[in-house]
Amino acid sequence: MSTVRVLVGTHKGAFILTSDGKRKHWNVAGPHFGGFDIYHLKGSPVDPNRIYASQTSGWFGQLIQRSNDGGETWEPVENKFTYDGVPGTHQWYDGTAHPWEFKRVWHLEPSLTDPDTVYAGAEDAALFRSNDGAKSWQEISGLRKHGSGPRWQPGAGGMCLHTVILDPSDPNRIFIAISAAGAFRTDDGGETWLPINQGLHSQYIPDPKADVGHCVHHIAMHPSRPGVLFMQKHWDVMRSDNAGDTWQEVSGNLPSDFGFVIDVHAHEPETIYVVPIKSDSEHFPPDGKLRVYRSRTGGNEWEPLTKGLPQQDCFVNVLRDAMAVDSLDDCGVYFGTTGGQVYASADAGDSWEPIVRDLPAVLSVEVQTIP
Amino acid sequence: MTRSTVRVELPAHLRALAQVGGEVALEIEGAVTIRTVLNALEASYPMLRGTIRDHDTKARRPFLRFFACQEDLSHDSPDAPLPDAVATGAEPLIVLGAIAGG
Repeated sequence: MSTVRVLVGTHKGAFILTSDGKRKHWNVAGPHFGGFDIYHLKGSPVDPNRIYASQTSGWFGQLIQRSNDGGETWEPVENKFTYDGVPGTHQWYDGTAHPWEFKRVWHLEPSLTDPDTVYAGAEDAALFRSNDGAKSWQEISGLRKHGSGPRWQPGAGGMCLHTVILDPSDPNRIFIAISAAGAFRTDDGGETWLPINQGLHSQYIPDPKADVGHCVHHIAMHPSRPGVLFMQKHWDVMRSDNAGDTWQEVSGNLPSDFGFVIDVHAHEPETIYVVPIKSDSEHFPPDGKLRVYRSRTGGNEWEPLTKGLPQQDCFVNVLRDAMAVDSLDDCGVYFGTTGGQVYASADAGDSWEPIVRDLPAVLSVEVQTIP
Repeated sequence: MTRSTVRVELPAHLRALAQVGGEVALEIEGAVTIRTVLNALEASYPMLRGTIRDHDTKARRPFLRFFACQEDLSHDSPDAPLPDAVATGAEPLIVLGAIAGG
């Protein structure tokens, strides 16, 4: 029987939740790296026992940890991230020029084909790659040098590169997203990058239709249709049917088009999930009801999924990397909250149960389905 | 050239990272300074590189301080001699994490 392994990064450590394919009984292991912010951990699709973790703190800076046994033991690997050349400046919150400074790694994306190759999305925004199992890192500097960098600015959480999507049909195509610069794509393995923000409308920037400056919160793609992208933006749920060249809003009947997470069903590429959040500044579910919304039509028409989720007095948030799906026949959907709950659905969202209720604030959730 | 055995007391998280139980003893050739002690520390425990001072600039991370002999040495030159009691091993150099945070 398959094993499902849920990798949870929290404000105070990493936790690994495991179950068999029934997904009824869970073992909770951790904390690993107790006391540290674990922004993200993710396993290699080629070798599921190879897991990379981003461990960071205000005291000791950035650390990268690597496991070769499914998260039972870990070893620190290279934590030196050096920008290529003179980093230059981006916009600060007040619009003044601010020097680029490395702060932390938000997202680790292992290669689809090589367990020793992994990408790191950093704050201040940059994309790094390691080809030696995270023993060394090199910046893919074509992104930061593409020309619009001086106009990028931080979101409330910092100027983070938080989303990295590798195209399974084209090893030279990578999508990334930055708060608050927008989405970018390379078609040549990272040498050159194109902003892919046409169709986004953000009334909080001087030109709401500018080529960069949009606060993209997360992007999701189904591997069978790499040209179709779904985006949760700081207000507006969007979709693109041409690999990001243009976007259309598909917020439809959502109670709030603000949110952080977005994900796609493992077997139904038109079935997508979001968690609407009230904003600006409040950042909790509308009406104190924690509801996942599912669209089976690729957007516009949404249904609330509430069975098993708190429907009163709930004021948690669900952060951008804190939703994932498994690939079992009955697709499992998982998300974590800033209140420390990790909820799981073994029936594509129809019903939910908490795997664990009282972890530190959850920063990220990833799922491995192991045959 | 003189050889000294210097004791270093690390914050708990760095002891866990370096997999050491208590104080670290380091052999230092020549002058005993913050720089030479940290050079020796990072040579013996490479996983600590970047956690106490910047990889390139060697600037102390702002939430860490260096104490010894009831004195705060954080703002002294990294090339200033440490107190004799540290150089002789009578007292440890303490790397202290700020008591702050949530």
